[in-house]
Amino acid sequence: MKKYLAKRFLLLIPLLFGITSLTFTLTKVLPGDPVLSMVGERVRPEVVEKIRRELGADRSIFTQYVGYVRLLLKGEFGRSYYTNRKVFDDLLIKLPNTMKLTLGAMVIAIPVGLFLGLLSACRRGTMTDRIVSSLSVTGLSIPVFWSGLLIMLLFSLKLNLLPPSGTGNIEFLVLPSITLALPAIATLTRVTRTTLIEIFAMPFVATARAKGIKESRVNILHVFKNALIPLVTVIGLDFGSYLNGAVLTETIFGWDGMGRFTMEGIIKRDYPVIMGCIIAGTVMLVLVNLLVDVLYHYLDPRIRLYEKSR
Amino acid sequence: MRKAGKVSIALLFLISLLCFTAPLICPYNPDMINLDSIKEPPSLQHLLGTDNKGRDILSRVLHGGRISISIAFIAGFLSVGVGLMVGVFSGYVGGRIDTALMALIDLILSFPAFLLAIGISVVFPPGIYTVMIAIAAVGWASFARLIRGHVLTVKDATFIESSRAIGCSQIRILFVHVMPQCIPLVLVMMGLKLGSYVLTEASLSFLGLGAQPPTATWGSMISANRAYISSAPWMVFFPGLMIAITSLSFNMLGDALRDKYDVRI
Repeated sequence: MKKYLAKRFLLLIPLLFGITSLTFTLTKVLPGDPVLSMVGERVRPEVVEKIRRELGADRSIFTQYVGYVRLLLKGEFGRSYYTNRKVFDDLLIKLPNTMKLTLGAMVIAIPVGLFLGLLSACRRGTMTDRIVSSLSVTGLSIPVFWSGLLIMLLFSLKLNLLPPSGTGNIEFLVLPSITLALPAIATLTRVTRTTLIEIFAMPFVATARAKGIKESRVNILHVFKNALIPLVTVIGLDFGSYLNGAVLTETIFGWDGMGRFTMEGIIKRDYPVIMGCIIAGTVMLVLVNLLVDVLYHYLDPRIRLYEKSR
Repeated sequence: MRKAGKVSIALLFLISLLCFTAPLICPYNPDMINLDSIKEPPSLQHLLGTDNKGRDILSRVLHGGRISISIAFIAGFLSVGVGLMVGVFSGYVGGRIDTALMALIDLILSFPAFLLAIGISVVFPPGIYTVMIAIAAVGWASFARLIRGHVLTVKDATFIESSRAIGCSQIRILFVHVMPQCIPLVLVMMGLKLGSYVLTEASLSFLGLGAQPPTATWGSMISANRAYISSAPWMVFFPGLMIAITSLSFNMLGDALRDKYDVRI
């Protein structure tokens, strides 16, 4: 286990190297002075000089890259062109809000998606299955910024049930969470259905049924348990789509998180903000995927025992 | 093919036909401001109503559709082209080249896709070409990975071995024998991916990174009109409906093709 974890952590190094190279390249192609685009134009000239030296903007690309990574490691993502605040400090404020929204969406999406997938798979070929499948393919096709606006129109502007926008406690969180959850429910329903149908066809399920175990017990104990591994993978991978969707959802509902921060950066062409959000989002996704890999060990005795036997 | 597949082909054909003949069939100029008919609800004069500058929503939706659909298609073909080349080459050649290309693909896929597309879009001047490049630059990776996986299962097949035995050149084997085996997979993925490309294009336009005003696209119409959601919901409803129907048709087509060719994705 320890060996596996160590190996998995070591694999992060080339990945982070790649990610920073890519964002570094993007920063280099950005219009304008790369140093100014990192520190912001309002900074005093001597600070610009210092960063320029630290970055080594006059030296080779490689030295510049090393300087860039060194700054990132110090949490120096640059300063916003407009507020002159450190992007990193703002990210620390906005990140928890995005996490709240993501968690809210997951709390809705995971049970609903699993349930609909299970329902669809158990009733395969029936009307229920067809309806659930059509709904899930529709859910994949609806843009969140549109469904968000319609949800807002219905629940807060017409029915006056919940506030239309703003950041705050749970009543502000409900509508954006539902919006963000819709595509995730669709994905999860589809994957759950496919996975379960595959497992239904396995010999051990037939054995369990032949032994006379109750159908509900077979479904939950034998089928669903074995479906957990692929499902955990999907839930983990889908974390990226929550981050993607957060940009649009937070913009619509005025939720003060990383997504709206990105959107504001785009509107004002505030490049340090945009790049900071991209790096932060990617690092989060990488860490979540790491967590999923570690979770495998606890979920699947086969992997665990295989590691032990070596 | 399943009925849903045929229906989606018909829908896509109809939407494309309406959008691409828009300059001929639309009674109004999509960008013409008419301050006498501001925020009119759908009526016989303006079937889908008008926006806050009195422009006809139907004309704007159809004209915007030309851009949205073209971008999705071109980005799709670019992704497939690059993905197919890289995937087939990487899988067939193997060795260090394969390892390096796969590392690059893993790297691209480790980003949240939409955030990376935003990052690529902001470094170029905003416009339709930027959106195409951004979508394709992120999109080719998933094509390449799946195609490579498929090539790995194909390349040891007996018919490849026999073509090698009768002296076919590597290039011939690659293009004439391996690549056609990937076509069903490519078709299915293309259907499913085009659905999401329509959404990505709309989302980038929504964020102001696509075609610039006054040119209409579905995403930018929603973004520009969202302040009027309460007083004039049709201004937001119809462009979004078009995005949803188009994306849904591509997704249904992809599903139908997947069932037809029995491809696993």
